Amino acid sequence: MPLLDALPLAASQSNLLAARELMAFTLAFHIVLACIGVALPAIILTANWLGLKRGDDDAMRLARRWSKAMAVTFAVGAVTGTVLSFEFGLLWPRFMERFGDAFGIAFAIEGIFFFTEAIFLAIYIYGWKRLSGWAHFWSGVPMVITGIGGAFSVVTANAWMNQPQGFTLDAGGKVVGTDPLEILFNPATGYEVPHMLLAAYMVAGFLVASIYAVGMLRGRRDRLHRLGVVIPLTIACIATPIQLFVGDTAARAIADHQPAKFAAMECIQETGPDQTEYIGGICTDDGVKGAIPIPGLDSFLVGFSRDTVVTGLDQIPDNEEPPADTLLHLSFDAMVGIGTALMGLAIWFGFVWWRRRELPRTRWFLRAVAVSGIASVLALWCGWIVTEVGRQPWIVQGFMRTEEAVTEAEGIWFAFAGVLLLYAGLGTVAILVLRTLSRRWREEDEETDDSETPYGPPGSMGLNPEPGSGNRPVGGKGVA
Amino acid sequence: MTRADVAAVILWTGATLYAVFGGADFGAGLWDLIAGGAEKGARPRALIERSLTPVWEANHVWLIFILVVLWTAFPEAFGAIMSTLYVPLTLAAFGIVLRGAGFAFRESIRSIEAKRALGASFALSSVLTPFFMGTVVGAIADGNVPVGGDGDPFSSWLQPLPLFTGALFVASGAYLAAVFLVVDARRAGDADLEGYFVRRALTAALVAGAFAVAGLFVLHADTRYVYDRLTDQALPLVVVSALCGLGVLVMLLRGARRGLRPLAVGAVVAVVWGWGVAQFPYLLPTSLKIAESAAPPETLAAVIVVFLIAAVVVLPALGLLYWLSQKELLSGE
Repeated sequence: MPLLDALPLAASQSNLLAARELMAFTLAFHIVLACIGVALPAIILTANWLGLKRGDDDAMRLARRWSKAMAVTFAVGAVTGTVLSFEFGLLWPRFMERFGDAFGIAFAIEGIFFFTEAIFLAIYIYGWKRLSGWAHFWSGVPMVITGIGGAFSVVTANAWMNQPQGFTLDAGGKVVGTDPLEILFNPATGYEVPHMLLAAYMVAGFLVASIYAVGMLRGRRDRLHRLGVVIPLTIACIATPIQLFVGDTAARAIADHQPAKFAAMECIQETGPDQTEYIGGICTDDGVKGAIPIPGLDSFLVGFSRDTVVTGLDQIPDNEEPPADTLLHLSFDAMVGIGTALMGLAIWFGFVWWRRRELPRTRWFLRAVAVSGIASVLALWCGWIVTEVGRQPWIVQGFMRTEEAVTEAEGIWFAFAGVLLLYAGLGTVAILVLRTLSRRWREEDEETDDSETPYGPPGSMGLNPEPGSGNRPVGGKGVA
Repeated sequence: MTRADVAAVILWTGATLYAVFGGADFGAGLWDLIAGGAEKGARPRALIERSLTPVWEANHVWLIFILVVLWTAFPEAFGAIMSTLYVPLTLAAFGIVLRGAGFAFRESIRSIEAKRALGASFALSSVLTPFFMGTVVGAIADGNVPVGGDGDPFSSWLQPLPLFTGALFVASGAYLAAVFLVVDARRAGDADLEGYFVRRALTAALVAGAFAVAGLFVLHADTRYVYDRLTDQALPLVVVSALCGLGVLVMLLRGARRGLRPLAVGAVVAVVWGWGVAQFPYLLPTSLKIAESAAPPETLAAVIVVFLIAAVVVLPALGLLYWLSQKELLSGE
């Protein structure tokens, strides 16, 4: 294509940048929906269970509405996930043709989980009207299991890129033998998978809670809104302390497995004991600018002693150094900072709930919950920046460089521009559709009609306007 | 049969299921596209939406299945295809986003104008996506994907056979969709709509048949290896496909409905397997054989085991979904 050849951007180094940016953007978009897809079913089923077991109409109403919203987010997640499958081949064909037989195994397993999730999700979402209460509830349970299984498969594939093992190469570097179990259970699986699973539960929980917290701040303080905060917030707040523990373990494991990544994310220039922990700041070749230094803490966090020697960037060959002078260090600190702040929120909520069985009464609590959703998404993105940028220049740590993997196809920047436009439209319309649903529900609440009666033909069971009493769906036992 | 051959059969099974179920969903989009204005097209569109809503996402997963099996079991072929045919593949990926999102969004809102815009996104991309996928398959069969990849991004697929295959994909999806919708309309007791889709099924059957026959001529001129095997080893499958197609025509005209769907599906399945047999033992005719491109034996074993588990777990679940959907136990509102 002479036209494209004339463009200065068509060179291979430019392709690498374009492909990385495109991959990063589409992954960042998809990962939020993936979290919702993994964890929202459990949140919905909790509400559904409360609805059935205690005859709680508000909880039932929430479950039904959330499942409608999930129909939208799951569809967007399914198509953006498909785009990623295409991108593996379109952007990184050399990686896939050399390591597809090792890297791909986890995805083959993911296929089963995703398939099963899509099937039961359809049965659950569209089964409200005609299935009996408990049959419908149980049709939703496979979504929770397959969500966890799917997350395991995808994240363990990424873990393998960080800690590749379970394959033999011939002299030409071609994979000639594999050990599927070693690939699936590589050294990074043990911390990457739980870290991401908990992140999914935190993101989905805080996001849903934040939407209802905003509603409460706007004066809609009915029981429905309170439950809409309490159910997802409880789940997210249970995940948060476990996440802090898992994250801490992961950081120590990375210091051991991927010292280059660790040195870059902590901005450690020189190897040695008694390393200072820099909180915040910009990482440069001459150290961290504008950070709060805590002497010795980094060594202590890595080995529980100030004498622990931590590898610095000086020990990493120049051509194997991750780009430490980027946002890597700040991303890591932002993730840890947000996680710690969310832990504070969890303690606040947990303490007040334990003492009084209600939400904290101050508006500041609602404000904190209202920003927790966005904050947890930011932490999620920061975490993936650390994982992926921190692994550079490798696509498969120690075996294949990202520049060797990238396509020579022309016009990646055009594709990137197209994808930006497409996803901007996709995101905007998705949010508009969700807002339309929310407005419709609000109007229904004001009218309290019975158009939402589950588990029967319309009109067969009237919905009592008083919350928490009256109509009992099939299988319900009565008000607790 | 070697492990690599078994993996190839698994790949083709996925392709068959996607061609049937995914293809029918795309075809329904085409009928949605040309159903006319909001008022005139309301009833056929409602039937299409009702039939598609609970199942389209599950049907879409077969595409993921094909990609995953291809890159895991035949990584070299995957790399070569992706680095050569990236133009139609990128366009197909865009189409997948517009179609899925358009359909899911349309179903969730009530405003007519918004429904119209989202419906257009869904319906138009339902035509373009299978077309581009067809060009990819056609380019592979045509032998335009070099081993090692990096073939010409345009002349690899802007050729008679790929373009014909693209058209054939669109037409056969439309044909399957119309037949499925005939049966759905009959079950709903809507004789008008049944007649409406019978007319469309007949048209689509004739168009798809014409494309298939014209494709044979193109194949004869361009791609002798595939043509020779198609008219030799794969001939029984070609005959089966033609007989199934004729049977569908007769049943449509005589108003018979029992067994209509299996017969229509049979016509498409026979073509997909005819293509497979015609290509054998090549994955990329005539440069890369199945055995040459295959992953190490342990990986192939893993793929086979995963497929067996899928057959035990996914297929019954899928059957349950179709059964509930056909019993009308699943509904959008």
